[in-house]
Amino acid sequence: MKPVLNILHLYPRDMNIYGDWGNVLTVMRRAQWHGYEPVLLEYNPGDAFPEHVDIIIGGGGQDAGQDKIQADLLKMKPRLLELAQYDTPMLVICGLYQLFGNFFRTKDGHEITGIGLFNIETHGGPERMIGNIVIDSPEFGQVIGYENHSGQTFLKEGLQPLGKVIKGAGNNGQDEFEGARVHNVIGSYLHGSLLPKNPAIADWLIEKAATKKYGDFTPTVIDDRFASEARKIALTRPR
Amino acid sequence: MEHMPKAPKPLVTLLGKAVREATKLRGGGSAFPGLFVESIDKDFISSCLSPLPYGVVLISGTNGKTTTTKMVVELLEGQGLKVFTNRTGSNFTRGVAAALLGAIDMKGNLAADIAVLELDEAHAVKFVQAVRPRYSLLLNVMRDQLDRFGEIDTTARLLRSVAEQTSDIVVINREDPRLLQLGESLDESSIRYFGLDKSLRSKFPSDDDMRGSGASRAKLPKAVSVLEELDGHKAVVSLGNKKLTLELKLEGIYNVFNAVAAISLVSSVLGDKADKDKLVSTLESITPAFGRGEKLLVDGQPLELVLVKNPGGFRLGLESFDPTGYATMIAINDNYADGRDMSWLWDVQFESLKPGISHVTGVRAYDMALRLQYDEVEVGSVETDIPKALKDFIKTNKSMPKRIYCSYTSMLALRRELSKITDVETVS
Repeated sequence: MKPVLNILHLYPRDMNIYGDWGNVLTVMRRAQWHGYEPVLLEYNPGDAFPEHVDIIIGGGGQDAGQDKIQADLLKMKPRLLELAQYDTPMLVICGLYQLFGNFFRTKDGHEITGIGLFNIETHGGPERMIGNIVIDSPEFGQVIGYENHSGQTFLKEGLQPLGKVIKGAGNNGQDEFEGARVHNVIGSYLHGSLLPKNPAIADWLIEKAATKKYGDFTPTVIDDRFASEARKIALTRPR
Repeated sequence: MEHMPKAPKPLVTLLGKAVREATKLRGGGSAFPGLFVESIDKDFISSCLSPLPYGVVLISGTNGKTTTTKMVVELLEGQGLKVFTNRTGSNFTRGVAAALLGAIDMKGNLAADIAVLELDEAHAVKFVQAVRPRYSLLLNVMRDQLDRFGEIDTTARLLRSVAEQTSDIVVINREDPRLLQLGESLDESSIRYFGLDKSLRSKFPSDDDMRGSGASRAKLPKAVSVLEELDGHKAVVSLGNKKLTLELKLEGIYNVFNAVAAISLVSSVLGDKADKDKLVSTLESITPAFGRGEKLLVDGQPLELVLVKNPGGFRLGLESFDPTGYATMIAINDNYADGRDMSWLWDVQFESLKPGISHVTGVRAYDMALRLQYDEVEVGSVETDIPKALKDFIKTNKSMPKRIYCSYTSMLALRRELSKITDVETVS
């Protein structure tokens, strides 16, 4: 029997807008290629939250989708904070990145409360920040993706970003930061999808989960030729 | 009462036509003359179109506009009407103005009974502010080029404004949850639906079914026309209380469903005057629009082009065409018209192409190859250069029928290359 890794897709029904499935699929496949048995769990509003979770992945949604999940997310807050505290690796993109923060204040002053796992604040901005983006991350090197958001996110009191923007807007288009990092949790605006073109992050999530659950992680060599060629080309594309 | 319809000012027509000729001589873009007349006469389009006895029909939605417009035009022509349309696929207002300049006489009169116009959601909204359509047909709302429109719900709002500006009848796809919601909020007497039998619904996932929500409605409103059964090219379509059995030339279920949309619209326009037998014979003779399941002949073997612009369209394409016995190539560019964001490829499932496909090409060929890797679909060759890849694809699969799934600008590039070696219908 191969060792099991339980991968939880958070709110797949309402938060799936920018190819977020690509992140889930990438973790599932790579876990399998590294010799684990990935089990996909889905959590939608009102479901029973699964007892054993090894990796959590969440994505972005339509504004309507965010409204639908917000109340449920606040109910799940203690559970999610506890999992983060105990080093469960998580990746949240765009909408859920914002809602993992303190709040999102829309342009007309309406405030949506988040779970405060990241000490960040997001403010609805005047225009969407859209286009190819490249950042430099101390942990993962060059991270390549695509951003499409109007929320401007600001990190508070020494919270680490995922990286510094080389090309693109990032968290807010002003301070050159992109994403946020705390415990084993990554928040980011990057999709494209993020993980297929940045396999180092996918493997990091798997490594953290495997080490926490089984005490060690021995990676297999995966043929990432297509990923590295796709990265090279993405770097040359216009914003 | 509105003012008596009048043709555009003679001078505008004259100047516009002159610019059109001059642009043609210079080999310039097809929309420039339209831009020119619009700038000297803001009412140009509305004064050309308002005298038409059957008014204006507007067709919009994410997927299937071009094919459905072509069908509606052919169906109406089959009923003896003279139809004006923006066939060039230049589906924004200045494209309409440019097409009008070619169609009106020197006095500015348009010799047509009805105008059938294809407009994308953003341009449709602008258009209806200038010209109120008498009929509109709303096909679907799916995630498409979100880098341009931002959100699907935004797109749905654009279509709502089109529906609200339509004076007589709005024809709506009841299987699309966002459109159904829109239809149910409007005056019932002005809405007509088309739809699918429940046995076929699983083949047409809506955008909300993208990640298995599938919360299907128990009770849908009654439809003018329903696709009841489909077996290859044989379709059973209900129209009013009649059941029509059709033998179609169209490829793919999505094209057949577009035909149901077209027939719903045409019967809403013509009412009892429609000659149903003639509708059937026209429908049976319709072929797909260029690049939409279009069949060419290369070295004695068929080669099909299937345009894929967004996850919904790609999934329907894969659902529609059996890869067995075919050599398959996928061509993906990321120019503005294709959408720059590659995320959409991850919303399509490619397992049906297992064990593998022959070639991938286009600027983002490696993104496509990467996508296939994660569905464990083998790729024979990756070549970003489209002409090179096409040549090699044809050479290595000489004795096989071929199919190419292509994004918009890669389709244009492929047709350009293919026109050098085979007959490709030119679309001016």
